[in-house]
Amino acid sequence: MSEPELHLNDKISQGQRAATRDGFGRGLIEAAKINETVIAICADLTESLRLKDFEQNFPERFVRIGVSEQSLVAIGAGFALGGKVPFVASFAMFSPGRSWEQIRTNVCLNNTNVKIVGGHAGVSVGPDGATHQALEDIAITRCLPNLTVVVPCDAEQARKATLAAAEWPGPVYLRLSRQEEFNVTTEQTPFAIGRAQTFRTGNDVAIVACGPQVLESLRAAENLERAGISCQVINLHTIKPLDEEILLQAAKKCGALVTVEDHQVCGGLGSAVAELLAKHIPTPIEFIGAQDRFGQSGEVNELLKEYGLTSDHIENAVRRTLKRKTEKI
Amino acid sequence: MSQIHDDKVWELNLQAVKIREDVIKMLLAAGSGHPAGSLGMADVFTAMYFHILHHDPKRPDWEDRDRLLLSNGHICPVRYAAMAHVGYFPKEELLTLRKLGSRLQGHPERMCLPGLESTSGPLGAGLSQGAGLAFSARMDGKKWRTYVVTSDGEHGAGLHWEAVLFAGKYRLHNLTNIIDRNNIQIDGTTEEVMPLEPLKEKYEAFNWHVIDIDGNDIRQIIEAVNEAEVITEKPTCIIAHNTPGQGVSFMENDHLWHGRAPNKEEADQALAELEKIATRLKSDRS
Repeated sequence: MSEPELHLNDKISQGQRAATRDGFGRGLIEAAKINETVIAICADLTESLRLKDFEQNFPERFVRIGVSEQSLVAIGAGFALGGKVPFVASFAMFSPGRSWEQIRTNVCLNNTNVKIVGGHAGVSVGPDGATHQALEDIAITRCLPNLTVVVPCDAEQARKATLAAAEWPGPVYLRLSRQEEFNVTTEQTPFAIGRAQTFRTGNDVAIVACGPQVLESLRAAENLERAGISCQVINLHTIKPLDEEILLQAAKKCGALVTVEDHQVCGGLGSAVAELLAKHIPTPIEFIGAQDRFGQSGEVNELLKEYGLTSDHIENAVRRTLKRKTEKI
Repeated sequence: MSQIHDDKVWELNLQAVKIREDVIKMLLAAGSGHPAGSLGMADVFTAMYFHILHHDPKRPDWEDRDRLLLSNGHICPVRYAAMAHVGYFPKEELLTLRKLGSRLQGHPERMCLPGLESTSGPLGAGLSQGAGLAFSARMDGKKWRTYVVTSDGEHGAGLHWEAVLFAGKYRLHNLTNIIDRNNIQIDGTTEEVMPLEPLKEKYEAFNWHVIDIDGNDIRQIIEAVNEAEVITEKPTCIIAHNTPGQGVSFMENDHLWHGRAPNKEEADQALAELEKIATRLKSDRS
C-alpha cells in the first residue's frame, strides 16, 4: 500500500496534536458499541489510559483492579475464557513489563483473547524518568509465539488499531505513547494489522519507523528531498507479524535502510527488520533508538534530542547509511 | 446442591483408589512427575468429577458447564486420571504422560486436551483466571460455577493474593478456591519455608467465607462445596487439609516425594498397598 490510496494529511505538522492513547480511548468506545463482549480492565491508571469516557459509557463493562499488573493480565485471561474480549490496560513498563510471564503463560500459551494495552511507552513519557519509560516492551513481546504487536503511528491510527485489535482473533499487544503529535493519517486512511504502509516513496534510502517517530521520519525525508536525497518512509505499525513483502521490496529498491523507534535498538523494530534482511537481502542499516541505556527525566523535546530521535538525527543516519551503500558498490 | 448417601461415598472412595493406582502407573511410565500432591488430592478430584461438577465429558466445551481450574498444574496426573476415568478420553492414553507429542503435557495445556479449562504450571496465576471467569459469568447472568484448586505453597506468590483481594472486593460468590493444604513444598514444610498460618484468618480478613475440612474425606469435601454454593455474599475458600502421598505409606508426609517419580520396585510396593486399601473397602462393604 502506498501514498495515493492512503489519504494522508496534505501537510504534516499542522492541525491538532494528540497522543496515541487519546485515539485508543475513542477507539475502545467504538469497539464496545460494535461488540458487546468488549470490556476494559485497568490497573489504577484510568485517566492516563484515557478510559474515563469508557467507564462512563459502559460502567458495567469496566473493571478497576488497582495496582496489580500481574493479576490484571491473569484475570483478563479468565474473562477471555468466559467469552469476553478484555482490553487490559496499564503503563507499558508495568504491563508487559511486570506481567510478562502472565502474558506468556496465561495469554499466549493459553491462547486467550486478551488485548494488552501498554501506555506511556518510550522516553517520550517525559519528566517521570527512567523507571516509567518502557524501552524494552517491543523486545519482550515480539519474541512470544501467538502474540501480535501493534504500534500505531498517530492518534487516528490508534483509534483504528483498537477497533482492529478488538476483532483480531487472538492476543494483541498495543503499544501507546503519551507524546502529542499531529495526525499523519486521516479518517479515510485504511488500516489492517500486519500490512505496513509506505507514507512516502523514494529510491535512495528507506526509513522504517513506528509510533510518533513516523512523523519525525517524514519531516527528515522532506528535508533530505531538498538536499537531493530521496527517501521512502514506511510506517511499520505492526512489528509482528512482520510485513516482509514491503520490507524486502524497500531493501531491493533502496539498498539502504534507517530504522527509528523510541525503544532500545536491541530487540525492537530495528532488530525485527535486520533479522529479515540478513536472511534475504543483506542491506546496510542504521539503527535509531536507545543505545543500550535507560531513559531519564526531562521535557519531551529535550529527551527526544538526547536519545537521538529527532529529524536531524534521522537525516544524519540516512547520510551514513547512504555512504555505506555507496562504498559497498 | 446434592445430599450424599453412604453408598455413594463408598463408591467414590473406591474410585479414588483406582485413580491413585493410575497416578502411580503414569509416573512410573513417565519416569518423572509429582506423586505426593497428586495422591493427596485424589479424593478432591474424584469428588469433583464424579459427583459435584455439572459437566459432560462428551461435550467438554458445553457452555453451561462448571469450570474447574487447576492452578498448581504440577499435580495434573491426578486430574488426567480422574478425567480419563470419568470419560473425557481413553484410559490407555494416561501412559503417554510427559511423552513427546502427548496431549498429557508435564504441566496441563488447555490447547492440547479438551476439558482442561486453562494452562497452568507457573504458580500463583490460577485464582486470577478463576476470578475473571466467575466475574464474566456474573456479567452474563450465568449460573455455572468456577472452582479453582490452588496449592498452599503457591500462596507465596504475590499474584495469588492480588486475586484474593479482587475476589473479596467484588464478592464473587460463584467462585470457590479449594486449597490443597498438604503442608509441603519443594524445599520443605510450608511452615518452615514461608509460614502461612493463620491461613483461615487471612482469608477471612480478605472478605472470604472459609471452611476447614479433611481433604481426604469425600463426605466433607462434598458438604463443603454444598455450603459454598449457598453462600451468596462472598467467595468461599475450602482449606482441604490432606496427606501428601495419601495411600502409599512411604510417600506420605515426605516432601522428598513432591517431585520424584517411583522406580519399578517402589511403584510395585505402592500398587500393592493401594490394592490392599481397595480390598479392605470391598470387604467392609460386604
